[in-house]
Amino acid sequence: MTTTLTAGAAGPRRRARRRRRTTAVAFVLPALLLLGALVVYPVLFSVGRSFFDAAGTAFVGGDNYAEMFRDPATLTALRNSAIWVVVAPTLLTGLGLILAVLVEKVRWATAFKLLLFMPMAVSFLAAGIIFRLAYEEDPDKGVLNAAVVGVHDAFAGTSSYPTARPREDQGVTEARDGSYGTAEAVAPGSTVNLGLVGVAPKEMPAEARPAPAAAKAGAGELRGAVYLDFTPGGGGRPGVVDPAERGLPGLTVEAVRDGGASAATTTTAPDGSYRFEGLADGSYTVRLPAANFAPPFEGVSWLGPALVTPAIIGAYLWIWTGFAMVLIGAGLSSLPRDALEAARMDGANEWQVFRRITVPLLAPVLTVVFVTLVINVMKVFDLIYIIAPGPVQEDATVLATRMWLVSFGGGNDQGLGSALGVLLLLLVIPAMVFNVRRFRRSQS
Amino acid sequence: MTMRRRMATACCSAITLSLGATACGGGPVSAGGGEKELSGQTLSVAAVWSGAEQKNFQKVLDAFTEKTGATTQFTSTGDNVSTVVGSKIEGGNAPDVVMVPQVGVLQQFAKKGWLKPLTPATGKAVDAGYAPVWKEYGSVDGTLYGLYFKAAHKSTVWYSPEAFAQAGVKPPTGYEEMLKSGRAVSDSGLPAFAVAGEDGWTLTDWFENIYLSQAGPVKYDRLARHEIPWTDPSVVKALTTLGELFSDRKLIAGGQKGALGTDFPGSVEKVFGPDPEAGMVYEGDFVAGIAKDQFGRKIGQDAAFFPFPAVAGGKAPVVSGGDAAVMLKDGGNQKAAEAFTEYLATPEAAAVWAEAGGFLSPNKKLDVASYGDDTLRATAESLIAAGDAVRFDMSDQAPAAFGGTKGVGEWKLLQDFLRDPSDPAATAAALEAAAAKAYQG
Repeated sequence: MTTTLTAGAAGPRRRARRRRRTTAVAFVLPALLLLGALVVYPVLFSVGRSFFDAAGTAFVGGDNYAEMFRDPATLTALRNSAIWVVVAPTLLTGLGLILAVLVEKVRWATAFKLLLFMPMAVSFLAAGIIFRLAYEEDPDKGVLNAAVVGVHDAFAGTSSYPTARPREDQGVTEARDGSYGTAEAVAPGSTVNLGLVGVAPKEMPAEARPAPAAAKAGAGELRGAVYLDFTPGGGGRPGVVDPAERGLPGLTVEAVRDGGASAATTTTAPDGSYRFEGLADGSYTVRLPAANFAPPFEGVSWLGPALVTPAIIGAYLWIWTGFAMVLIGAGLSSLPRDALEAARMDGANEWQVFRRITVPLLAPVLTVVFVTLVINVMKVFDLIYIIAPGPVQEDATVLATRMWLVSFGGGNDQGLGSALGVLLLLLVIPAMVFNVRRFRRSQS
Repeated sequence: MTMRRRMATACCSAITLSLGATACGGGPVSAGGGEKELSGQTLSVAAVWSGAEQKNFQKVLDAFTEKTGATTQFTSTGDNVSTVVGSKIEGGNAPDVVMVPQVGVLQQFAKKGWLKPLTPATGKAVDAGYAPVWKEYGSVDGTLYGLYFKAAHKSTVWYSPEAFAQAGVKPPTGYEEMLKSGRAVSDSGLPAFAVAGEDGWTLTDWFENIYLSQAGPVKYDRLARHEIPWTDPSVVKALTTLGELFSDRKLIAGGQKGALGTDFPGSVEKVFGPDPEAGMVYEGDFVAGIAKDQFGRKIGQDAAFFPFPAVAGGKAPVVSGGDAAVMLKDGGNQKAAEAFTEYLATPEAAAVWAEAGGFLSPNKKLDVASYGDDTLRATAESLIAAGDAVRFDMSDQAPAAFGGTKGVGEWKLLQDFLRDPSDPAATAAALEAAAAKAYQG
């Protein structure tokens, strides 16, 4: 009797439980199906695909993985990805924290936040194009280099004939330090003309006059002219002062005694002539110091192989700082004010409050921001693809760009591409696990 | 269904007949006695063209409509033709005719079985009007699939006549002479060449012209098919020749570093822009378009070209490329497609675009008087005169991973070579390694 009773009581309970489970499955099923079709299946497919060759027909085992680590481009991509993952989230979290704390103290906080958040609304593609232009090396195009060159030239000044160079095989040679000088030594009482070429007509100073054909030098005197050994329209004789050829005014000229010490210095006249008087006996060479021809300062090569990754990280910062700031700001506003006040009452200065109270209390938010950014940075693609110019594309590549390039962007080897995808997945997993764990802990 | 098909067949034969009549008589076009057989039908055409090119091609389509009554629908595919067309075929929405821009894409389409051979009438027109090399580039395994309608001439060096006058030099006829003139231009204070090193493809074009002239068409073809390795002495020799130019700071605007930071439009701007920084720029006939449209230069007067000069005893190279019309098997309107490709093979169709400019036809039958300006006419004459010596862009024929991708393969390696041209043999070895990988894949 008792047994039947218990059985009778357990029956409906089990049934109810079963019904509840069925309902639960029914509710979860669509989500599971979606997840399965859109996430689990592609992941498994990629893992499977990574063991096949480019055509997808022959099983190659671990060859793709071996090939992947043999390829120096993958190693560059790994290195760059590592730099990105370490540098970008750290800087962003730091910047976001500083800005969030500072913005709290500003009167126009909302306007300021809005302004900083705005780049988030710009697509990566557009941001990439903007920064590509800003980083352009030619100071006439790239705003950053325009600023750098502007500042540099305000202090350093420019040389008068950056493009000039000696006419070949006419007795004037370029020394290792960039100065031009006569090859043969002469004694005082001689005339030495130095022919240069490579100065465009529009770069000639307005006061330049035709160079004197031949001047007789007196005793103890060394004279001659520095002239542009080029007749416009052609027809000039190399090494000879032709009638239409003008002197180069304003050049520093040195008479160098055979030992190497400079004996006298002068500057050329509007017709390019120069003259050293009262030289002691001996043999001299005439030299045009390198400062006359120093090439103009060209600014920083932002998109060169060395700086391209930091430059792109800079663009990334521009976009994401607002995000980090707003998130950290939200955490900041929910901090217990009394803790801060208490510390201030106890005589802590602002820096101490920030270090000892704000940062430790904000640690959970900071971690979330940091980990989210790490995951985000792992998939950075568009900025790199757009900003890095062709020649340095390989120097800037990260795993995501490499994966795309190998599988679709020309390589058409989806086996190798899948292997790279799997590697990327493996690298993201720790961050994912960490995030999920945190999420669970904060829930319980 | 059968009814419609029969009718279509009837239409088709009528068109073939009328086209035949036109070809023989050359008289005024009267498509089947004034009747427009294809009226009510829609022909869809896909091509990479956009902007001005699309507008001009539309003129050709309009002329076709006027002649046959078929309405036309144009789709611009953007740069990635094979992906776009592939997805359209899978989606059951295949265009009837595609203008494929590269010989590699044409072969790829044919191998996938997407293409329908051109009609015998088109074949005949090609035999009669084109140098055999064009038929070869349009064929896969002996079957003619592609009709080259529009060609590019990639062996033209563009110069500023003003800079040449200032330096007192004339357009050179040999490679050595070109370097000599370049040095004279550079002595005048204007660097000789603007090299677009930031775009790898311009460097491959430099190399191809030198190689075609120096090693000859036979070796060129073998290298294009990767039958000889890139470590072949002829490649090293061509790279050495190219390196002589690349390593001479005087000859290149901004030096090697400046060249690597210059893209193709930038290189044209350096010569034909408002503030010239170089005297010459080498690239194809399309330089004229940029110089004219963007910088307002008058072609033939402020901007002129000379054919890429012959290198040391070789013949002057003519590197070319083109857009070939192919018919898709899955296209919905086969008859219109056949009629259209047949129409494109006529000089009449080419004349429509030739008049509008920015177009070269490989069709010998096209009267050169049809071209809008003298420079274009000269380019066209040079292309036709080269006849069978014309060769297609080698990098276009290579797998994309080697010859057509930013930042890898030949593009990247030639950029490295521009940065440091001191070791041609090492560059050749690197090219061979990259090629071996790409051709095997």
